[in-house]
Amino acid sequence: MTLMVPAVNVAALKDTTLLNMAIFALFVAVTMVIVFRASRNNKTAADYYAAGRSFTGSQNGTAIAGDYLSAASFLGITGAIAINGYDGFMYSIGFLVAWLVALLLVAELLRNTGKFTMADVLSFRLKQRPVRIAAAISTLAVCFFYLLAQMAGAGSLISLLLGISDWGGQALVIIVVGVLMIMYVLIGGMKGTTWVQIIKAMLLIAGAAVMTFWVLAIYGFNLSDLLGGAVETAKNPAVLNPGLQYGKSDTSKLDFMSLGLALVLGTAALPHVLMRFYTVPTAKEARKSVVWSIWLIGIFYLFTLVLGYGAAALVGADTIKSAPGGVNSAAPLLAFHLGGPLLLGFISAVAFATILAVVAGLTITAAASFAHDIYANVLAKGKADADTEVKVARRTVVVIGLLAIAGGIFANGQNVAFLVALAFAVAASANLPTILYSLFWRRFTTQGAVWSMYGGLSAAIILIALSPVVSGAKTSMIPGANFAVFPLSNPGIVSIPLAFFLGWLGTVLDKRKEDATKQAEMEVRSLTGVGAEKATNH
Amino acid sequence: MGHDAQETDAAAAVDFKEVQSTEQFKELRKRHRSFVFPMSIAFLLWYFAYVLLADYAVEFMSTKVWGNINIGLILGLLQFVSTFAITGWYVSYSNRKLDPIASEIRHGIEGHEFDKHGNPVGGAAK
Repeated sequence: MTLMVPAVNVAALKDTTLLNMAIFALFVAVTMVIVFRASRNNKTAADYYAAGRSFTGSQNGTAIAGDYLSAASFLGITGAIAINGYDGFMYSIGFLVAWLVALLLVAELLRNTGKFTMADVLSFRLKQRPVRIAAAISTLAVCFFYLLAQMAGAGSLISLLLGISDWGGQALVIIVVGVLMIMYVLIGGMKGTTWVQIIKAMLLIAGAAVMTFWVLAIYGFNLSDLLGGAVETAKNPAVLNPGLQYGKSDTSKLDFMSLGLALVLGTAALPHVLMRFYTVPTAKEARKSVVWSIWLIGIFYLFTLVLGYGAAALVGADTIKSAPGGVNSAAPLLAFHLGGPLLLGFISAVAFATILAVVAGLTITAAASFAHDIYANVLAKGKADADTEVKVARRTVVVIGLLAIAGGIFANGQNVAFLVALAFAVAASANLPTILYSLFWRRFTTQGAVWSMYGGLSAAIILIALSPVVSGAKTSMIPGANFAVFPLSNPGIVSIPLAFFLGWLGTVLDKRKEDATKQAEMEVRSLTGVGAEKATNH
Repeated sequence: MGHDAQETDAAAAVDFKEVQSTEQFKELRKRHRSFVFPMSIAFLLWYFAYVLLADYAVEFMSTKVWGNINIGLILGLLQFVSTFAITGWYVSYSNRKLDPIASEIRHGIEGHEFDKHGNPVGGAAK
């Protein structure tokens, strides 16, 4: 199939800035009204952190999809497929299959035993203080990496839309995004955040569906012809085969394995995803949420396959790479090619909304963890009243919001999906072993939990710091320096098995036995739902 | 938050160790684990087999089957299919085998109702 080589005029994008901003402003106005309405019932801590546990499974499932389909999924994966072909598809598969870990092993059991945060479950039958502190620290670390990725996405998008990479202009828009996010979370709490995510998920999936249909229509609904178009524009048949990005050397192949491991084991350990299971009234609704999100997320990733190859065929990798925003600009450029300024405006507004919603979700998770785990249970030794705790949470929101703004201003143009994969690696290393051990291994002890969490967390972070991501390569964060002694850019293949091993070692070397009664209580409650937190009535 | 205190109350009211040792609970645990453990191992093996093939068997994965559609793409799409299938399978298994027995045990020990904080209330009603 021969098509004219498309010319996307990047300079012409500037003319659409006003339109983009108008569409974005409309989204903000609508969601603000909803957040204000939702906030009227925010009375207790359960309201603020867990939306009164009053969402249905399908609402929560849509919100989870909204939380999970971040800028990484939309901008990052589309860009990765557009540039690296098949290797980008790998992200979609890992991100999706990972949900089975959450569905089968974690979601319902966690809903039955916890209250607000991941630490509630991890410290349930172990010693409160050390385990809570460790879980809160790893929650904050994972949220920080994830926030960095989202803010990098915001930066890319802004530079594309304004057609400039002017530092001051970008910084200003990141500040606006950050302030909006702080307002959503301050006013709306979990309920407001959830509604923003539901609306955003529907807009994002609808937008992607329209673009997918459009791309397929251009190629007569023939996937093979679309792939042929991508090969033709790229002048390289290898875009359809694995290995374009990761097949270069033995090291890069190992890196691919490491990425695959981190992706599939990371999801069920992401604190902001786990916290969403507390917004439904029962474990059965938690299960229903995961089923909904698996379907929505799966279908969306099938769309990104078409969008990625569509961008490769219709826009071309060279145009994408040279556009402001680089790899992450594939989806907006494709929208511009298909539907001109109006579709670009809509898609960009959706992408902004995506970043806003995900950042809000991360912020409330981090704030809840700080206020509930560190402040209320450790500093105030469980004596703080709920009002003070929520007050602390709100203050934390402002601090995290400011950190996110600063991080966003300094985040560079790395692929967003890649940065998120690092957050997955940190989550899988620091949290997953302890989550699984404490749910399924009767003998597991506090020492095992603490060794596994700190060991996994520090191994992951140290290996990232010593990897080509940070120094020693052209695309590094600090390109001038070279202290990259660890060759892989994703630490998962080392840090995840290490964390599992440390959890086992810490337990078998621990002379203390944990309370068997608490273990019995946790096991019975996790499987039957006895005494689980109920929904609040308004 | 009084988090610790309330859990102690709930634990004192219900003898969880006794519940844990009942045949009914053991059966629930067995049914749960005999599904989720083998299934998790199976999908992880299938996923890693796929990743290894994409990583080290590029020639094989690049074999064209129909037009420009190669084995790699088909196996990738099959990962989607298997994920959807396992999801559906688990839901139907839970509805049939896990939920009835779990709610039976729950009603058995919740002769005393739990309030919204998980504290037992009105312990007399059985």
